[in-house]
Amino acid sequence: MITLRTVSKQYSSEVRIGPVDLEIPAGGVTALVGPNGAGKSTLLTMIGRLLGLDEGTIEVAGMDVSTTRSKDLAKVLSILRQENHVVTRLTVRQLVGFGRFPHSQGRLTAADEERISEAIDFLHLGELEGRYLDELSGGQRQRAYVAMVLAQDTEYVLLDEPLNNLDMKHSVHMMRHLRRAAEELGRTIVIVLHDINFAGRYADRICAVQGGRVLEHGPSAQIMTSEVLTRVFDTPVQVIDGPDGPLAVYY
Amino acid sequence: MAELTAAPAPSGHPAPAGTAPASGTAPAPGTAPPSGTAPAAGARSDAPSRRRAGSGALPTPRARRRFALVLGSLIVLSLAFGLGYLALDNPMPFGSEGFWIIAKLRVTTLVVMVLVAFCQALGTVAFQTVTNNRIITPSIMGFESLYRAIQTTAVYVLGVAGLTALQGTTQFVLQIAAMMALSALLYGWLLSGRSANMQVMLLVGIVIGGGLGAVSTFMQRLLTPSEFDVLAARLFGSVSNADVDQLPIAIPLVVLAGTVLLLRSRRLNVVALGKEQATNLGIDHRRETILVLLLVSLLMAVSTAMIGPMTFFGFLVATLAYQAAGTHDHRLVLPVAFLTAFVVLSGAYFVMKHVFYAQGYVSIIIELIGGSIFLAVILRKGRL
Repeated sequence: MITLRTVSKQYSSEVRIGPVDLEIPAGGVTALVGPNGAGKSTLLTMIGRLLGLDEGTIEVAGMDVSTTRSKDLAKVLSILRQENHVVTRLTVRQLVGFGRFPHSQGRLTAADEERISEAIDFLHLGELEGRYLDELSGGQRQRAYVAMVLAQDTEYVLLDEPLNNLDMKHSVHMMRHLRRAAEELGRTIVIVLHDINFAGRYADRICAVQGGRVLEHGPSAQIMTSEVLTRVFDTPVQVIDGPDGPLAVYY
Repeated sequence: MAELTAAPAPSGHPAPAGTAPASGTAPAPGTAPPSGTAPAAGARSDAPSRRRAGSGALPTPRARRRFALVLGSLIVLSLAFGLGYLALDNPMPFGSEGFWIIAKLRVTTLVVMVLVAFCQALGTVAFQTVTNNRIITPSIMGFESLYRAIQTTAVYVLGVAGLTALQGTTQFVLQIAAMMALSALLYGWLLSGRSANMQVMLLVGIVIGGGLGAVSTFMQRLLTPSEFDVLAARLFGSVSNADVDQLPIAIPLVVLAGTVLLLRSRRLNVVALGKEQATNLGIDHRRETILVLLLVSLLMAVSTAMIGPMTFFGFLVATLAYQAAGTHDHRLVLPVAFLTAFVVLSGAYFVMKHVFYAQGYVSIIIELIGGSIFLAVILRKGRL
């Protein structure tokens, strides 16, 4: 379980995130949605201890993220941002291998290699594993980074807009992979999404953020209504019945 | 059946600078016992039947052969230039007492070259890693400007006698201390505050360097030509600037800083992924960065205080070493960078001494010829 208690972050006198109280249960996929500048990514990076908080506490699986050693957290929690520094001369497999660093401190064992192979196969990167990162397209690189956090083998996986740079096909594949990771590998996945319909289709729970506060949080079906989405995104949204559940139409 | 045969990781690939070059670095693929323990994988149809390369620094046999070749050639070249420097052009007949006296004198110069190569190579590679920037060198962070400013001030205030006043072990230690103090102040202040920002730190470092450089240039204008002439010799990086008495202080400092850096190679690999990835993987990024930057300052301060500025040298060597090693792994890049640095430095001395008879101006040949090689390599390969 991820627990946020009166968490806040002051950016300037006008821009403030929080105070946020939120409980994200273990298991399944939780999507953070909301308009630009709502604070979705800020909340995610604070949970992932990449950004310090000004007030409040965040606990992941009972560990306080601001006081627990980063080394210990890295075995429980992994986080992936949108932008990643691309190292030249690093192959996909070597990058995924870094996911094992918290467990092996860089001394890869045969068991580690097996985990790496599994993560690569899980995202269908087998053909690309020997390629250098700077030879890949943005979408392929994105998948390689996701494979890395999966190889990290943490119970909690936080992803900041993993569908950025991905076309329709790869977005769908990515969401299916993540769904599978939640179901087959028992991971708790928290993901920032821009496309509300992806959230409605693949997430178990949706957490709607607006103006630095959590506006709504509940099962997807409960959030995917015209009334709630119109309020969250501050623009007219109509929810219709699609072939696979509710669809938000706002074009 | 065994599709997921994880080949044993060649990760424990030891490559300290001094080991034998080729043997043992590349385990023959045939000797690897296949660990066919993935029955579930048999059902997977999209995974083609093949032996998977490991995730180590040099995943393919071809990369391992290439690396062994590079390491071997660098060691052979180092030995050739080193021994050549000791033995060639010795006026005394080989084996006579005089021969050994001259050779012993040259050993000091050789030791200085080894130290400088070590400092500049490790310092620059580590600096580029923690700053996530492959086109800068620690020299621009004010070290060399501070050295120039100290030397110029001494001559400006005390005249030619000022340079003699700076030549002693106490003064040597004080110069290192001054440079370390400058960097500790810069890193500590800029990286531990609330607005810790690497780019701002680099910029402030460059501005301080520029300011000190301008002050030195201004003072140099006011010197008499003879004083300026004496000073100029100190401001060109040259191995002959070093003093035997400095070695007992320099060697332990360099060995200490170098050992700590080499032991942290695996962490440096993670730091190279960037601040957020490093934190995600459990590295205390700020602590690691400050520690590495302080070690880099120590290496650069010793090198600069010993022989003077070598602005382009570290940068050149780091880039060439990455091209030669062909891997991201610091456990391999650092030794290769050290050997490359020694080959470039001793090679330049060899050429200057035996071809141009002008060994005082080695930094010039390094920047000229080294710079051209560097440009050629970069333009041909198209990536750093």
